[in-house]
Amino acid sequence: METVKLAGAIVALIGSIFLFLGALGILRMPDLYNRMQAGTKATTLGSILTMLGIGLFHLPWFWQAFILVAFLVTTNPLSSHALARAAHFKGIPLTPKSIEDKLSEDQTEKEDTMPEAEIL
Amino acid sequence: MAETIMHVAMIIAMLAVLVAGIRFVLGPSAADRTVALDALTIISTSLIVFIALYTGRTIYLDVAMVYAILSFVGVIAVARYLEGGL
Repeated sequence: METVKLAGAIVALIGSIFLFLGALGILRMPDLYNRMQAGTKATTLGSILTMLGIGLFHLPWFWQAFILVAFLVTTNPLSSHALARAAHFKGIPLTPKSIEDKLSEDQTEKEDTMPEAEIL
Repeated sequence: MAETIMHVAMIIAMLAVLVAGIRFVLGPSAADRTVALDALTIISTSLIVFIALYTGRTIYLDVAMVYAILSFVGVIAVARYLEGGL
């Protein structure tokens, strides 16, 4: 029992370190999309590990923590995807270091081919 | 031993709130602030679960669940507003 508690505490510690690294990425990354990547992936993993660690630490709460984890894993990528899409269509620029932008290439291709499609 | 590690984990999560809060204040555009807010709500959901452990009351787990739902809906609403669909 004591070993399970210790394992849960260590898992929660690793999770909160991931939370801190995600927050540091939000502060340090050069543009919005990189910030979003750091802030979504790292904090999602961090919250999964934190909640599972607390569920292991206090075993009667394990399934409630598990439901919370399942909800976060489902909704967190959705909200960040909607946010990234909104930011891209609003025209927030990428950092000059970025190499390619497939979404804007896709849009310009669609605009080029649109009149032909109407003729056909 | 395990309790001490849990306290250290809670302190690190609080530092994460502080660091993401700096970006929330600085952020040049509204979308930057929304990204910081998104991360802040996820970190605070974890912190509420820590508070549930610290006080020993199960009700805070339900509070964390409702908080996660409301933050998801809030970020989706702000994203739709930024896109111009609202």
